[in-house]
Amino acid sequence: MKELRLMKGNEAIAEAAIRAGADAYFGYPITPQSEVLEYLMAQRPETTTGMIVLQAESEVAAINMVYGAAATGKRVLTSSSSPGMSLKQEGISYIAGAELPCLIVNVVRGGPGLGTIQPSQADYFQSTKGGGHGDYRLLVLAPASVQEMSDFVKLGFELAFKYRNPVLILSDGVIGQMMEKVELFEQQERVSTYDPTWTLTGKPKERERNIATSLELDPYRQEKHNIKLQAKYTAMEENEVRYEEFNCDDAEYLIVAYGSSARISQKAVQLARAKGIKAGLFRPITLFPFPKNEINKFGSQVKGILSVEMSAGQMIEDIQLAVAGKVNVKHFGRYGGVVTAPDEVLETLEKHISGGWK
Amino acid sequence: MNLNDIIKPENLVYSKTPLLTDNVMSYCPGCSHGTAHRIIMEVIEEMGIQSETIGVAPVGCSVLAYEFMDIDMAQAAHGRAPAVATGIKRCWPEKYVFTYQGDGDLAAIGTAETIHACNRGENIMIVFINNGIYGMTGGQMAPTTLLGMKSSTSPFGRDVASMGNPIKMTDLVAQLPGTYFVTRQSVHKPVNVRRTKKAIRMALENQKLNKGVSFVEIVSSCNSGWKMTPVEANIWMEENMIPFYPLGDLKVDGELVKK
Repeated sequence: MKELRLMKGNEAIAEAAIRAGADAYFGYPITPQSEVLEYLMAQRPETTTGMIVLQAESEVAAINMVYGAAATGKRVLTSSSSPGMSLKQEGISYIAGAELPCLIVNVVRGGPGLGTIQPSQADYFQSTKGGGHGDYRLLVLAPASVQEMSDFVKLGFELAFKYRNPVLILSDGVIGQMMEKVELFEQQERVSTYDPTWTLTGKPKERERNIATSLELDPYRQEKHNIKLQAKYTAMEENEVRYEEFNCDDAEYLIVAYGSSARISQKAVQLARAKGIKAGLFRPITLFPFPKNEINKFGSQVKGILSVEMSAGQMIEDIQLAVAGKVNVKHFGRYGGVVTAPDEVLETLEKHISGGWK
Repeated sequence: MNLNDIIKPENLVYSKTPLLTDNVMSYCPGCSHGTAHRIIMEVIEEMGIQSETIGVAPVGCSVLAYEFMDIDMAQAAHGRAPAVATGIKRCWPEKYVFTYQGDGDLAAIGTAETIHACNRGENIMIVFINNGIYGMTGGQMAPTTLLGMKSSTSPFGRDVASMGNPIKMTDLVAQLPGTYFVTRQSVHKPVNVRRTKKAIRMALENQKLNKGVSFVEIVSSCNSGWKMTPVEANIWMEENMIPFYPLGDLKVDGELVKK
């Protein structure tokens, strides 16, 4: 039977974590994502599913608790918002280096620095290009609804264990704070078996000891490890690209937008169509792997591409790489915590059309 | 008794615990780490808990401890071992979890993680190797470096006015209600090795009581970092380190030891 609820995006993350059979959550309060920790503390899942919830002394400690817990083979997650994500980057780099699965949620707010508590999408570079030190990638999912906040928790855990890699849900203050109807998935069992090839369970006689480490002092062995990581990221690019198209088939002008900007842009496309402009929306769902081949195809179909993102223009670089100069790509978006309005997107679209999209 | 009798298995009086691997140790000759490693592994062997024990070794000379300890281990970022151990222990409350940290790790970059793991009363053992110097990076000043002590970043000696005082982390954590057993030992003489081994055993056994952190500081020598021979380093440690970091129990069974 369908279980429908009206929830905040942040609450949906928390509820979905319990339902996905998560073993532990470690977090630290920061606006606009504190409801994740608050919801979990109020639900007390340790009394139902046995899931551990712990408020850490810092984001640094929280991500390192995730590192330790992930090394045991358990399903673990953490969540934060932009300044807190900066603090977590060291730990995320270690987790990626040690090839441990976990789920990380960033409910992005405006920056730089302490910035603002209002929504933003200015953490795109940090999220999709690694974020911490070293050559590594996170698998990045960008929800555009409260429903996807819930669904991507389940999907995120599956992908994290499939690739033994951290998965990031890149949300923002709009999706985290808004309330929508969400259809919750059924409660899943917590895992009870652990891969003997890498999990820290205590070393039984019959196997070699397992070590969770990102250290390799010999540069040639470290290079080999890096090549293995890169092969994993290539496999993600081949298998995990996700996206959604809206009015794209006959589109002459394409808007590319993710997350809350995609919701806003969908309205802008409807407004444009009502005025006879053949606009379409392409929404990347995975930001890494980026749907570059799919966007490349539009290079020979459309007269112009508009990247709508609540930043000074970050994803636009990936779109430009994808279309390889076949069509001009423009950026539009309010930023620093200001949310873009659909009529602003439409105005920008019309301005570039009348200017020949140069 | 001739040589052939002496080497018979029934005449064996001591051997390396099989829980120490045969990998060549990366520690300098004269360093305290080798002895500390051996004691911990001997206790784990004697308690029969190899399959239930998970260790955490963060950045420092002992970051490679997993090469020598034949147990499941996590290497941790600098200072973060108590947080990593918290994550492991919360997921495996029935298992034995310990951290093995140096002074730069535990008392400088990881102060917050140390204090808060102790304050939460995580049921883990923290082993604190205090040699008053950053060994791995080549002998820089540590938070525990004694006043006047020379290092590569205090070449004229640690000066209190500009560099502050050496920190007594063990005394600090003993004050927290989350610690159950706090002791300061050394491994520079056989009697101290025996006492330290006893402390490690108690610290691991305490994990079954669920009463909080057991914290074992081992005042150690770093002859390479101190630019001394191993013998000189042990004498210097006894004459300088131990008067400032006196040996003995600070807290037993959750009660501060009265001096």
